[in-house]
Amino acid sequence: MRALIPYALIAVAALALPLFANDYWAVIGARAAVYWVLVAGLNLVVGYGGQLAIGWVALLTLGSYTAAILVARLDLDPFLAYAAGGIVGALAGVVVGLPALRLRTFYFAMTTLGFATIVTQVALAWQSVTGGGIGLPGPAMSPPFDSAWGFYLLCLGFAAVVTWMTANVGSSRYGRSLVAIRDAEVAAEATGISKARLLTIVFLFSGFTAGVAGGLFATLQSYITPEAFSFDLSVTFFIAILVGGRGSILGPLIGTILLTLLPEVAAPLVAWSTFLYAALLLAIVLLMPGGIAALLDFRNRKPLESHRSILPQPDRVRALLDHGQVRENITLRNVVLAFGGVRAIDGLDITIRAGAVHGLIGPNGSGKTTTLNVISGYYAPQEGEAFLGTRVLPHGAPQTRSAMGIARTFQTPRVIGEASVLQNVMIGATIDGRASFVEAALTLPRHRSDEKRLTARAMDALSVVGLSSLAGVRADRLQHSELRFVEIARALVGRPAFLLLDEPAAGLSTDEIKRLGTLIKAVAEAGTGVLLVEHHADLIFDICDEVTVLNLGKELAAGTPAEIRAHKEVVSAYLGA
Amino acid sequence: MLAAILAAGFAVGATYALIGVTYNIMFSASRVMSFTAGQLGMAGGVLGALFINRLGLPILPGFILALAGCALIGLVTEIVAVRPVLKALDQHLYVLSTLAFALMIQTFTAIEWSTEPQPFPRLLGIGEGGPLDEKFWLPVVACAATIIGLELLYRRTLVGRAFLAIAEDNFAARALGLPERNLRMASFALAGAVGGLAGFAGGELLLAFFANGATLNFFGFVPVALGGLGNNRGAVIGGLALGVFQQAANFLMGGVVAGVAVFVVFIIVLLVAPQGLFGAPAARRV
Repeated sequence: MRALIPYALIAVAALALPLFANDYWAVIGARAAVYWVLVAGLNLVVGYGGQLAIGWVALLTLGSYTAAILVARLDLDPFLAYAAGGIVGALAGVVVGLPALRLRTFYFAMTTLGFATIVTQVALAWQSVTGGGIGLPGPAMSPPFDSAWGFYLLCLGFAAVVTWMTANVGSSRYGRSLVAIRDAEVAAEATGISKARLLTIVFLFSGFTAGVAGGLFATLQSYITPEAFSFDLSVTFFIAILVGGRGSILGPLIGTILLTLLPEVAAPLVAWSTFLYAALLLAIVLLMPGGIAALLDFRNRKPLESHRSILPQPDRVRALLDHGQVRENITLRNVVLAFGGVRAIDGLDITIRAGAVHGLIGPNGSGKTTTLNVISGYYAPQEGEAFLGTRVLPHGAPQTRSAMGIARTFQTPRVIGEASVLQNVMIGATIDGRASFVEAALTLPRHRSDEKRLTARAMDALSVVGLSSLAGVRADRLQHSELRFVEIARALVGRPAFLLLDEPAAGLSTDEIKRLGTLIKAVAEAGTGVLLVEHHADLIFDICDEVTVLNLGKELAAGTPAEIRAHKEVVSAYLGA
Repeated sequence: MLAAILAAGFAVGATYALIGVTYNIMFSASRVMSFTAGQLGMAGGVLGALFINRLGLPILPGFILALAGCALIGLVTEIVAVRPVLKALDQHLYVLSTLAFALMIQTFTAIEWSTEPQPFPRLLGIGEGGPLDEKFWLPVVACAATIIGLELLYRRTLVGRAFLAIAEDNFAARALGLPERNLRMASFALAGAVGGLAGFAGGELLLAFFANGATLNFFGFVPVALGGLGNNRGAVIGGLALGVFQQAANFLMGGVVAGVAVFVVFIIVLLVAPQGLFGAPAARRV
C-alpha cells in the first residue's frame, strides 16, 4: 500500500493542474503524458530487459504518421486511427527489436539508431503519402476532447492505464524474467526462460504503446513533419528511463515528468536542453547508476544483522519437492567435447541415478564442469549423446532443461543483484506460471493465483535453505555463502528431478559445509537425483552414493566412496596420501 | 558516371574506414566501443574550418592544431567516459557514458559552431572539379597513410608492441608491468587524431557540419561490425565497399533507397554473422 503513495501524489497533482494553470500548461502536461505512454512501454525494454534501444522515436514516428494518414486521407475515427498506429508500432517494434536476440549492447543500440534514421528519411522522401517536408495535419479530436484541457485529461487517462499495466507486468513473472535476462542471462536460460519469446512479447507491447503515443503526439502537435521526430527526442526518452532507474516504474515516471518540464521552467536553457540531458546521463552513469529509484529505496538502506547464520531445514525438503515424476536416470554415452585441440571430455560414459547423490571429482581441468555444462545444455558435444531416460537431451539448448526437470547452480553464483532474494528464487519457477502476458498486464485471476502460488513456494524453498529472514533484501547485499544457498533455493523451487551442483561448498565455512551436506542428502532422499561437482573430498565421501573420478576428460575410476578412497591411482593422482 | 561513382565511393569509403579504425584503436585499448568515434570525425572537419577559415591560420598549422584538438577530445573521452566505467565492463555502462559524452560534443558544436554546414577550406587546389579532384583522393591518401603508419607503429616500435600486448591480454600485460593506463590514454589520443584526420581529409566532401558526427558514427561502425572488432584490414575493405555500394545506390536509385539498402544489408549480414565476416566467434560463457 505504501508503495502506491507516490503514484497517488502524482495523480492528484496531475488532476489538480487544470484548477490553477493556464492552457499553455495543458499542452505541456499532455506532452508529458504522451511521452510517458511511450516511455512506460520502452521502460520494459530498457529498464527491465536491459536492451539498449536508443532509437525508439522511430516507432513514435510510425504511429504518428499512421494515425495522421488514416484520418487525413481516409477520414477514419481518431481513436481507431490511434489503435491502428499502435498496431503498426507493435509490428515495427518486433522488427526493430528482434536483432537484439543476436546482437549485443552497442550493436543493438546502433541498429535501432539506424532504423530511426531510415524512418525519418522515408517520411521525408515519400511525399505523396506523408507530405514530405511540408508534413500533414494530425488527427483532430471531437468534443469533449477538442479543448486543451479535454485532450490533457484524455492523455492522462492513457498514461494512467499504461502505468497500471506496466506496473503489473513489472511485478509479474514477465518482469522478473526480463530483469533476469538483463542481469543473469545464463542463469535465466537454465531456469527455462526463453529470451526469444519473452522479448518478442515485450517488443510487441512496447511498440504498441509507442505507436499509440505517436497518434496522440500527432494530435497534440496538430501538424507533423519529419523534423518533429528528432533523435534528441529519442535520447530524451532513453535518458528519462536511466535517470529514473532500471527496473522501476516510479523512477522513470518521475524522470519523464522532470525532463519534459525542465525546458519549461528554465527557458534560457532550451537550446542547451539536450546537452544538459546528456550531462545528466553521464552524471547518473558515473555517480548514481541506480537513478531516482535507488534514492527512493529506503527499505534497503536499513543495515542487515551482521552475525547471520544459514540454518537449512532439511526436514521440509520432501514437502517442497513433492513431485510425482517418473524416475529416470541421466546417462552420458561416449561423450566427446574438444575446445580446439584440447579434449575437455574424451569419451565419457556416466549414469546419474534418480534419487541418488553422484559425486564428480578430479583435478582442475579434468572436465567436471564441462560435463555439467553438457548435461545442462550449454555445450554441444561433438560425439556421443546425453539422455534423460530414453529421451536425448537437445544440444546447446539450455532453456529446454528446466521443463525436463533438470536444475543447476553455478560455480560463481549468478543471481540478480538488484532484485530481492525472494524474486531471485521465484525466477526458478518461471515456467510453472500459467498466466499469459495479457493476463499479467491486466492482473486477471489466473495471474493473481500464479503469483500467490509461486510466492508461497519460493518462501518454502527459502525456508528449506534457511534464508527466509532475508526474503525481502536486495540480493547484492548478501554474503557469498548466502548467495550459494539462494541459488540452491532457486533450483529447488522448480521441483527438479535432477539437481546439478557446481562446487556448492566453495567459499563456505566448515559448519556451512556440514549443513549443506545434510541438505543435499535430504534432497536426494526426497527423490531428486544430485550431481555434485566438488573439491571438498570430505563432503563428497560423506554424502555421495556413487563417485566418478575424472582425469584429462576420461573416467579414472568409479564406484562407492569406500572404493574410491582405496583406489591407488586416484589417491596418487588427486587425493594424495 | 562509373568514374564519378568510384571516385565518390572511395572517398567516403576511406572516411568510413578511418572512423572504423578509430573505433578499433579505442576498442583494442579498452574493450569499449565508443559513440565518440564519429564525433571525432566531425570535430576534425569543424576544427579544420575553424582554424583555417575563421581564424585564418595557414593550412599546415591549422591541420596540426585540428588533429591535436581531436587527440585532446579522445583523451578527455578516456578520462571522463571510459576509465570510470571500465571496472563494470560487463554491465555495458560504457555504451551509456560514451553516448552521453558524444551527445555533449555534438550539441556543443551545434550551438557554438553552427547548425548549418559550413565551407571547408580548399587544401591543395589540385584537380578542380572532375573525378580526380583532391576532395576525392585526399581521404584515400589519408587512409593509406594511416594504415601504413599504424602497421609501422605496431610492428616496428616498442610502444606499438605494448599496444598490441594490451589489446591481446590486458591482465597479462599488466602483470608484465606495462603501464596500462598510460597506454590506454595514448591509444585514445591516437584514436582522436585518426578520427580527426578522417574528418579533415574528408572535409572538402562532407563540409564542417555538426550532424556529420552521427552519420559517421553509424557508417563508420558498419565496416567494423562487418569486418570484425579490432580488425583494421576488415574495416578498410568494409569501409571502401560500403562507400562504393552507397554511392552506386545513390547515383542509380536515389538517396533514400541507398540509405535503406545499406541498412538492410548491414542488418542481414550482422544477423548471419554477428561476430563479423572476419572476426572470431565469442568466448565461452559458463
